[in-house]
Amino acid sequence: MTITGTVARISGAVVSARGLAGARMYDVVRVGNERLVGEIVVLDRDVATIQVYEDTEGIAPGEPVTTTGMPLAVELGPGLLGTIYDGIQRPLEVIRDEIGDFILRGVHAPGLRRDRGWDFTPIARRGDRVEPGDLLGTVVETEVHEHRVMVPPGIRGRIEEIASEGRYTVEEVVATVRDDARLHRVRMLQYWPVRQPRPVRMRLEPTDPLISGQRVVDTFFPLVKGGTAALPGPFGAGKTVVQHQLAKYVNADIIVYVGCGERGNEMADVLRQFPALVDPTTGKSLMDRTVLIGNTSNMPVAAREASVYTGITIAEYYRDMGYDVALMADSTSRWAEAMREISGRLEEMPGEQGYPAYLASRLADFYERAGRMTVLGSAGRTGSVTVIGSVSPPGGDFSEPVTQNTLRVVKVLWALDADLAHERHFPAINWLTSYSSYAGTVRGWWAERAAPMWEEYRAEMMGVLQAESELLETVQLVGEDVLPEEDRLVLVQARLIRDGFLIQSAFHPVDTYCTAEKQYLMLELLVRFYRQAREAVAAGVSAAAVGGLAVKTRLERMPFVPNETFPDEYASIKEEIAEAFAGLTAGRSAYGVTMRG
Amino acid sequence: MSSDRKQQGRGREYRSVTRVTGPLIAVSGVEGAAYGEVVEVTVPSGERRTGRVLESREDTAIVQVFGGTEAVDTVRTSVRFTGETMKIGVTEALLGRILDGTGEPIDGGPLLIPDAMRDISGNPINPSARDFPRDSIETGISAIDGMNTLVRGQKLPIFSGSGLPHARLAAQIARQARVRGEAESFSVVFAAMGITYEEADFFIRNFRETGALEQAVVFVNRADDPVIERLITPQVALTVAEYLAFDLGYHVLVILTDMTNYCEALREVAAAREEVPGRRGYPGYMYTDLAGIYERAGRIKGREGSITQIPILTIPNDDITHPVPDLTGYITEGQIVFSRDLHRKGIYPPIDLLPSLSRLMQGGIGEGRTREDHAAVKDQLYAAYARGRRLRNLVAVVGEESLGDIDRLYLVFADRFEREFLRQAENERRSFEETLDAAWRLLSMLPESELVRIEPSLIERYYPRRTEG
Repeated sequence: MTITGTVARISGAVVSARGLAGARMYDVVRVGNERLVGEIVVLDRDVATIQVYEDTEGIAPGEPVTTTGMPLAVELGPGLLGTIYDGIQRPLEVIRDEIGDFILRGVHAPGLRRDRGWDFTPIARRGDRVEPGDLLGTVVETEVHEHRVMVPPGIRGRIEEIASEGRYTVEEVVATVRDDARLHRVRMLQYWPVRQPRPVRMRLEPTDPLISGQRVVDTFFPLVKGGTAALPGPFGAGKTVVQHQLAKYVNADIIVYVGCGERGNEMADVLRQFPALVDPTTGKSLMDRTVLIGNTSNMPVAAREASVYTGITIAEYYRDMGYDVALMADSTSRWAEAMREISGRLEEMPGEQGYPAYLASRLADFYERAGRMTVLGSAGRTGSVTVIGSVSPPGGDFSEPVTQNTLRVVKVLWALDADLAHERHFPAINWLTSYSSYAGTVRGWWAERAAPMWEEYRAEMMGVLQAESELLETVQLVGEDVLPEEDRLVLVQARLIRDGFLIQSAFHPVDTYCTAEKQYLMLELLVRFYRQAREAVAAGVSAAAVGGLAVKTRLERMPFVPNETFPDEYASIKEEIAEAFAGLTAGRSAYGVTMRG
Repeated sequence: MSSDRKQQGRGREYRSVTRVTGPLIAVSGVEGAAYGEVVEVTVPSGERRTGRVLESREDTAIVQVFGGTEAVDTVRTSVRFTGETMKIGVTEALLGRILDGTGEPIDGGPLLIPDAMRDISGNPINPSARDFPRDSIETGISAIDGMNTLVRGQKLPIFSGSGLPHARLAAQIARQARVRGEAESFSVVFAAMGITYEEADFFIRNFRETGALEQAVVFVNRADDPVIERLITPQVALTVAEYLAFDLGYHVLVILTDMTNYCEALREVAAAREEVPGRRGYPGYMYTDLAGIYERAGRIKGREGSITQIPILTIPNDDITHPVPDLTGYITEGQIVFSRDLHRKGIYPPIDLLPSLSRLMQGGIGEGRTREDHAAVKDQLYAAYARGRRLRNLVAVVGEESLGDIDRLYLVFADRFEREFLRQAENERRSFEETLDAAWRLLSMLPESELVRIEPSLIERYYPRRTEG
């Protein structure tokens, strides 16, 4: 049933309409003569306050407002992968074909194409008893993934009919399910309201790391499948590059990338690169596993608010099929600011820094939708949603509300640092302020994969970095001269860890992705070098002599050695370390003197 | 700036101004004023001003008056609603013209006959229609070309401070910028907001002397012009730029100066509306508002032209965390940051390279674009210069004696880098090769084993000591 009222007031993205008694909270409405999409956010008797997902310029009081009786929902089914949508799931490429290069308002295009046929292979048979989440059949959505057509939540019963193998559009009925009284027609096209988490059977503990090929992440601050991470940093610290690297290389099955209130050229960059890039796990085009949501900063602010929900609902849908999904939200601050902007227009009581008082609970609700789950369905499949949210704190000050409220719920912090970025130390993840609560969780995974000493090596190198930061404070005051040799060695080693391990070039063809195996071997060599160096220093060799070894330059250039040939390089460097230190301790007195300068 | 004159017959006129605060008036008894609608305000003296509806209720419209509310009264002032949103007439004949901040000619030139009327707020470019910018621009300035390459379609602001030579640098870029292998230079759309007569004159004279004015459209809202007009100047200028770029195929360089003045005007209107203030009194929607300006830079697939933006900001009190540079930096594709210290040392351009950044550099450099060693050389220069700068601070405390030989080299490197690489004359134009060769000359101060950001094969080819034998 639809109700029609009239526009009473317009202020930016917020419109009030009267005559809407009977309309429901969060229902989608069509506003004005151009039928712009909006959502009811406040009800006061017959007056509804609506946030409008399109530009409201030109709307006048008196124009009609019509309810749809439906909450804001996304269309789910085959055809999501490889597509770029705006914040309310309008396919941007289709819109471009229809109206040209600029986005005009009042454009409507469904999220999934109605004219395309998909090859459906049935799994369930006539007469089967099915429950929500059970598989009806499969469709090859892209080269990489089979799309599993599931019984939607809320439907259980006996299959009366199931489509035979063949090509169907998303609107065609592929199965009919009869429960006690009703006959349900199930299509590949399903809807789900974005603000409501999709149901699961059970939450599970995460177990496996989400390997990204980024050394500082995988080795020092690991994330797990089903985990949550925050990536705060001032502008220019490289949030987006890190997010793009993760989207390219993490070993998830499906990527949902939400560009929320960020730059148009960044989305263009993803669209340019991803189709040509190869997923290191499957060897297929990256675009085949990716859904993009692009609501850039100059697109309507309310749709920016919706974009993260659109993204996570799509992520949950693929999780329900039994896939590991990773969602990148860049940037959650823009989402929070959109909330603040709408809240301000609603004249709500502001909380900290003008953000609405419900900021913390909205953030928490969002991150809670991540996790590793046993999904619906009698088969007991597991799937996961990992969420990585960028945060853009004003002035780079992490004490602001969005960063702080995010840190309360996420388990990993990758803190980006302006000073590191200024020195072009990328990724500019500060190793002293970042943390991961999953290091213990993933220990077993590394131990099983020929990396038995992973935890110990990691701790040892982290200890060097920690010690360096303390020593540098002293050096700042009194200079390096006064330090004992073993402390000067710590400085040499820390420099080596930074240059030879932590710095990783996203733009270098080899260095952009470092396999877990190579990471471990690199780590092993760094530890080996340090242990030998300590012995040498204890035997009277100077730290400067250690720093002058030719093999150190080789260690610093390890990042550029291809993953495939690294085991050979490893063996060769290992040998050279042994020889170098043997030489050093043998001729230490003469060498030490010349190098001290 | 004009509302579409053909539509004037549709206007509805009211003499019911009930409230005047700052640049805003409230008009009551209005039926169906559209959000964003253009109004014409006639004050008792007969003077006419343009305004725009900021909020519309069933019986009241809040109107922002360009030209200010001086002499507006609540009895005789009349307000006519035009039924139109704000538009500007666009034509190729705008090239070579000087206009005020709302788009009215002030150069006494011939009447402009528009080819089309365009809504000044524009529409967002569909992200899937964007062509990723990759054509690097040779500005002839080593600090930019070598370290923070600008590409066609990028938005790269200059973060400056009062008294620093941002105007000179912007003029130098406008004068020298070329895309490699193309003879054609850029057309310039220059939008001044609240700048002094002197500064506006500097640009106009500069464009005139170099012949650039013929290929430029100049919008000037001076410091003594109505503050509120500043709010539409960038939108008007960018609407013209979009027409030149995406309809006519020009490569347009848009210089916006000074965005800080623009943001202050935004704050003034927000305060007059009694909105909940955000950081330092600026409105919470300033990010969205600025994005509506900066995101109008770019390229579109299948279209010839492009819009490259160089917004200039004078940072209040040199505080880079101030909301204006902060929000700008989050939207633009990098920033060129000026340093007062370098300026005091007499170095032009006084670009502080460490906080400066070009996000689109990576796609615009390398083999076939600039030179194969560009990325690695840039990384190594950054690492070495950063180390030199760090040591400089250290030496200030503990003295140079405590440094090792290598560290001393880095100190000298940082000094020479500033004097020989960064510094150049205002009329000096260096090619990419000249910039990179200068970089190698500096890097050759350091032993090869220090150049860990550069692959051995590139060192082999470019390290000067090697090639000299």
